[in-house]
Amino acid sequence: MKTKYTYSFIGLSIALLLCFFVNISLGSVSIPIKDVFNSILGTSDNENWQYIIQDYRLPKALTAILVGSGLGISGLLMQTFFRNPLAGPFVLGISSGASLGVALVILGSGLFGGAFATVLISKWSIVIAAISGSFLVLLAVLIVSARVRDTMAILIIGLMFGSITAAVVSVLSYFSSAEQLQQYIFWGFGSLGNLSWNELFVFFGIYLLGMLLTIFSIKALNTFLLGENYAKSLGLNIKQSRLVIILATSLLAGTITAFAGPIAFIGLAIPHMTRQLFHTSNHKILLPAVFLFGAIVMLICDSISQLPTSDYTLPINAITSLIGAPVVVWLLVRKRKMIF
Amino acid sequence: MTEQTQHIILETHDLSIGYQSKKATAVIASDINIELYQGELIGLVGANGIGKSTLLRTLTSIQPALSGTISLSKKPLNDYTSIELAKTMSLVLTEQLMSKNLSVFELIALGRQPYTNWVGNLSDLDITIVNQSIAQTHLSDLKHRKCFELSDGQLQKVMIARALAQDTNLIILDEPTTHLDMYHKAYILKLLQKLAKDTNKTILFSSHEIDLAIQLCDTMIVMTNDGVIYDSPCNLIERGVFETLFPDDLIGFDEKTGSFRVKK
Repeated sequence: MKTKYTYSFIGLSIALLLCFFVNISLGSVSIPIKDVFNSILGTSDNENWQYIIQDYRLPKALTAILVGSGLGISGLLMQTFFRNPLAGPFVLGISSGASLGVALVILGSGLFGGAFATVLISKWSIVIAAISGSFLVLLAVLIVSARVRDTMAILIIGLMFGSITAAVVSVLSYFSSAEQLQQYIFWGFGSLGNLSWNELFVFFGIYLLGMLLTIFSIKALNTFLLGENYAKSLGLNIKQSRLVIILATSLLAGTITAFAGPIAFIGLAIPHMTRQLFHTSNHKILLPAVFLFGAIVMLICDSISQLPTSDYTLPINAITSLIGAPVVVWLLVRKRKMIF
Repeated sequence: MTEQTQHIILETHDLSIGYQSKKATAVIASDINIELYQGELIGLVGANGIGKSTLLRTLTSIQPALSGTISLSKKPLNDYTSIELAKTMSLVLTEQLMSKNLSVFELIALGRQPYTNWVGNLSDLDITIVNQSIAQTHLSDLKHRKCFELSDGQLQKVMIARALAQDTNLIILDEPTTHLDMYHKAYILKLLQKLAKDTNKTILFSSHEIDLAIQLCDTMIVMTNDGVIYDSPCNLIERGVFETLFPDDLIGFDEKTGSFRVKK
């Protein structure tokens, strides 16, 4: 059983390394391959190149890996958990919560004036706003889900939270200046750059916690494949597993939204692409496959978005959907059958 | 009587089932006294809406009993932890599988979940038991097929094999013959009869195939408007229980053939 997938995993790992180096090598400043390696190792003669590689491109590539794999895995968790192929990492209203937090900081400064306006809209204040926004929504969902017995109800509740936050953001937008709106919209485009090493460490810490919870849920996830009643008859503690899975998703998707903005599409599409290519629903195989696949796709999208050798960078959010959506359509048409 | 020496697996005493809300209590059936013995095939029959599902849900601890006691292997059902229960009783339900993108082997192996470690790795013993269940249900040829490639009859066999792999004294099946053609209805019930004999497990199933159940079951639980009757098929026919099963305007029970006939 295991050997069937060994080659695929080796192939994907090599592809990941390759994409990682291609991603670092490309950019508005062209740097020879040899110097890229030297700059990573810190032995380059050119200080500018070393700075670009070490403090800009390397953290950006690592962010892409964390974002791609994290979103893919939280999407997988939600699809299995809700038994719904349309579920993604943001169905619990996590990105809406983050958006609301950010909207309050950026747009709210106009509405509330005075005290708020003096607060510097720094990178950290946006991150903190996004984290607390998604955390508050998570808390609300957890409290509600403890009372609700039906898993589908949680899905609807998540969507309702999304509607409420969208409405609040609309109201805030109405009272905001053009500059503030622009800033908010730019956050919504998503961005993998701009992360310092310190921010990356914080990001990685929370990401790791989410990943550990996910790994501990593998058995529960496989049991959920049979449906909730069978899972219960197999002795699974449904309430506890539900809590762990929701918590893992929230940590992963919440922190990614906080640091990189609401990145669309990846969370929904990567699990489908992986299932089509790996022909299995077994999470022991799907989980590492989604991890590798998500990271690769995100690195490729990022490489494209920075339009190599030009000075422009396209919004990452647009690229993920532009590249990803046709791929999923193509996969489904080719196989003629959606395997879920 | 050999039954006296056999172990009682499931026993109810003055069991009353139904639904309780804050406002009212709806009793579906009461005074249910049954004793299910080891190695027996038991059929549960009754008209639509008489409470077969409610009884099964109560026996499988999905919903609480209104009153009375249920004991499983001499121990009250309520005293079981969920993992103990999973090792004593396995289920085959009517609900559709959520994911059919698993191989037959993988799906049957999920029956070993109560015994596997935190990540669900199969030990050599687990693999042996899974293969044994596959052989007992004649699924060896389909072992590596995906579940979405199977017919309804094959899928039902896979679900039965999954319950076997869970290695429990009692297997409960909720209408295992729905959606199957006449041949496969007989095939599945015949398989259950053989499994009960070969593995010495107690197998309880609900069904609308009364004529098949009469021919294959060791004992039957018949739910009628007058109460729940528990006896061997022959005695049930003699007592004329089946005549009371349905309203008598359309069909009637023929004692000689043991089946229902449309009235002319």
